Amino acid sequence: MKTIQLHINGVKRSVDTDPERTLLSVLRDDLDLTGAKYGCGEGQCGACTVLVDGQPVRSCHVRVEAVAGKQITTIEGLTQNGQLHPLQRAFLELDAMQCGYCTPGMILSGVALLANNPHPSETEIVRFMNGNICRCGTYPRIIAAIRRAAQMMKGGAR
Amino acid sequence: MSDKLVAQASSLPVEPERYELFAAPVYDFTITRRDFFKILGGGLVVLCLLDDALAQGRGGGRGFGGAAPQEISAWLHIGEDGTVTVYTGKVEVGQNARTSLTQVVAEELRAPLSSVRVLMADTDLVPFDAGTFGSRTTPDMVPRLRRAAAAARESLLDLAAEQWKVERGTLLVADGKVHHPPTNRAITFGELTKGQKLMKSIGGDVPLTPAERWKVIGQSIPKVNGQDLVTGKHKFSSDIKRPGMWFGKVLRPPSFGAMLVAVDTQAAEAMGVTVVRDGNFVGVAAPTEHLAAKALSAIRAEWNASPQPSGKELFEYLKKNAVPPPPSPAIEEGLAAADIRLERTYTIAYIAHAPLEPRAAVAEWNEGKLTVWVGTQRPFGVRSDVARAFGIPESQVRVIVPDTGSGYGGKHTVEAATEAARLAQAARRPVKVVWTREEEFTWAYFRPAGVIEVRSGVKKDGTLTAWDFHNYNSGGSAIRPLYDIPHQRSEFHQTRSPLRQGSYRALAATANHFARETHIDELAHAVGMDPLAFRLKNLKDERLRAVLTAAAERFGWGKSKQSEGHGFGIAGGFEKGSYVATCAEVQVTHRQVKVMRLVTAFECGAVINPDHLRNQIEGCLMMGIGGALFEAVRFENGTILNPRFSAYRVPRFVDTPAMEVVLLDRKDLPSVGAGETPIVAVAPAIGNAIFDATGERRRTMPMV
Repeated sequence: MKTIQLHINGVKRSVDTDPERTLLSVLRDDLDLTGAKYGCGEGQCGACTVLVDGQPVRSCHVRVEAVAGKQITTIEGLTQNGQLHPLQRAFLELDAMQCGYCTPGMILSGVALLANNPHPSETEIVRFMNGNICRCGTYPRIIAAIRRAAQMMKGGAR
Repeated sequence: MSDKLVAQASSLPVEPERYELFAAPVYDFTITRRDFFKILGGGLVVLCLLDDALAQGRGGGRGFGGAAPQEISAWLHIGEDGTVTVYTGKVEVGQNARTSLTQVVAEELRAPLSSVRVLMADTDLVPFDAGTFGSRTTPDMVPRLRRAAAAARESLLDLAAEQWKVERGTLLVADGKVHHPPTNRAITFGELTKGQKLMKSIGGDVPLTPAERWKVIGQSIPKVNGQDLVTGKHKFSSDIKRPGMWFGKVLRPPSFGAMLVAVDTQAAEAMGVTVVRDGNFVGVAAPTEHLAAKALSAIRAEWNASPQPSGKELFEYLKKNAVPPPPSPAIEEGLAAADIRLERTYTIAYIAHAPLEPRAAVAEWNEGKLTVWVGTQRPFGVRSDVARAFGIPESQVRVIVPDTGSGYGGKHTVEAATEAARLAQAARRPVKVVWTREEEFTWAYFRPAGVIEVRSGVKKDGTLTAWDFHNYNSGGSAIRPLYDIPHQRSEFHQTRSPLRQGSYRALAATANHFARETHIDELAHAVGMDPLAFRLKNLKDERLRAVLTAAAERFGWGKSKQSEGHGFGIAGGFEKGSYVATCAEVQVTHRQVKVMRLVTAFECGAVINPDHLRNQIEGCLMMGIGGALFEAVRFENGTILNPRFSAYRVPRFVDTPAMEVVLLDRKDLPSVGAGETPIVAVAPAIGNAIFDATGERRRTMPMV
């Protein structure tokens, strides 16, 4: 057991844990941040995506120890002062989901894309998002939602 | 069976599918012993009786006492605070039933959407339901809930008329209130039901709001709980946490059919975890999932494996273990009348549902009563399975199904529920079991593989004369052609399946449409006719003609210019009451197939939510691309060779074609389900397009 300091959604959290455990398991089981989902355990589906220092990371195969002290953002931390992120709003407006299990990972990957590339082309969206699986097949809607969020953010929306 | 099928080819009853047949439940309906109002609170309750119960005269009587509870399929409660709650055994797995059911109730009650809550799939609170499959929610539950809501509205009018001592005919219901325009008065549903304990039961004779007056049905209402999904707030079964909960893992055999001979759990037990050995079941529960996994890997087990069939011999195996069809003089007659005869074989691989949320359950025992939170399409089925496993009455098991991370027909059984319950019993605390992706790919069940043999005959002018269609193992769904063929036989042959198999979105309709619509394309080319013209020449069914024509028109069939390496294909069909046609454009380069464009026309009666319908159709098209082009479960001697997303390819962003959906909204027809049928024409349309591009015919699913 080891005490590890995590910075999650702007809050310092201290966890006593086996440092071998995955970030995903600590987020979900110790900190009750269940928005990040288990989907494959091999970084192939993106359901567990969280942001670490702004970059999308597959939390299912990152050891919790490796992200100590870094800034972690989960889907629970994306809403600020009760206001949804433009991409969350775009997902709602375009119903860019069916079962919604992949949605948090999709949104966080999309947020990372938009932070690096505010006006991605469709090809760039497809390339960046290709590691995220939506088994329900809502890809066209997710692509459209990212484009709509880019438009909203251009207008200054956060 | 075949001759009868021929005679009825166009009367189209929905065929039962053997993989989705469930016997009537042995039912212990505990709610009869309770006071409804004690559970639900005061107000107004409307009970919906099953249509068939009424038809058979088993129920009938008005009032709760007059109807046996088994015959109730749903109920609706209007509470003293005005909240409308619908209780149904249906589950939400992404098909947006929660939204469509909310919509239809809001419509008939003239109530705001926000005042309607749909309580789904909690076996202690909802009436029995066989499960959410077969696209039955829309054709069955929608009319029932509409009738319940309409009946509730009429009761509210009675209450208001009585309270105000006015003529009932002078009242109207709108915005969740009863209004009396002459005196400009209005009263909310909550004020009306306050202090009331009213209960009525209704059958199939309640008049519904006609389509031309719909205000909410037919609108693209957004997903009612979408906010909870985009914020991560929604708790799926795998997200449920109970006080003191541990995590469970189950030891799996190294191959199918392997039996446990000996097991050494000492090293695991030394880790401070709970280890259970019960027959062939070996599992551990531990405070963290990490420790549970570690303990599991410390268990030494000896298994007795037996040889199992492998993928390379699959299709011979399926044929070998079936009874061949008898000769048919009628078919021979039809073939003799043909100018051109064709004989072809098509094969379909096993594929996996791979729902992104794997099987998951949390089990908690409390004084002998078990509660399980579990993602399943059959809440009451899982309740039976669990009760049987422990030899306890079903009334001692409560199954709660939170909105689930999809199913596609793949979550009819959820063994994780029983596994969690067994571990929770031993650990004396709640236990969660979430299957790993590898377990999900291995120990769930698969869409049946199949071999389909077709013999056919056609005259030079394109008239079909004979059709002899034999499906080995896939299933009988949508096996009959809608084409007019004088001599025809379409049969499903049971055989032995090397792998565990079960329901999958649209069942065997996908396999049967693939073989049929590919073969029809082959016949069109054999007589040198345009594939669309060939279909229309042999087809009288107006609804199928309508979707074929609509898809072709939007696609620009016969007009679109082909660029190098591109090809166009068309396919259409009917299943579960709805009609679909898909046109595909593919690009083939160096044997790589890319689907460039899919245009689908779909007709499922009156559309309830156009945007959600489009979403389902798009999802079917995406999923259909996987089965058409690359999905296949590979297996050898009892083990799955590709039980991971890195080895089993599912459709991804990069596979997304341009998609267009044409909805034929038939407000004059009852609404039927739509989450399955749009998948059936995808594979043959793509295969036919590949032929158009390359001259090579693909007769296997997957095709590349």
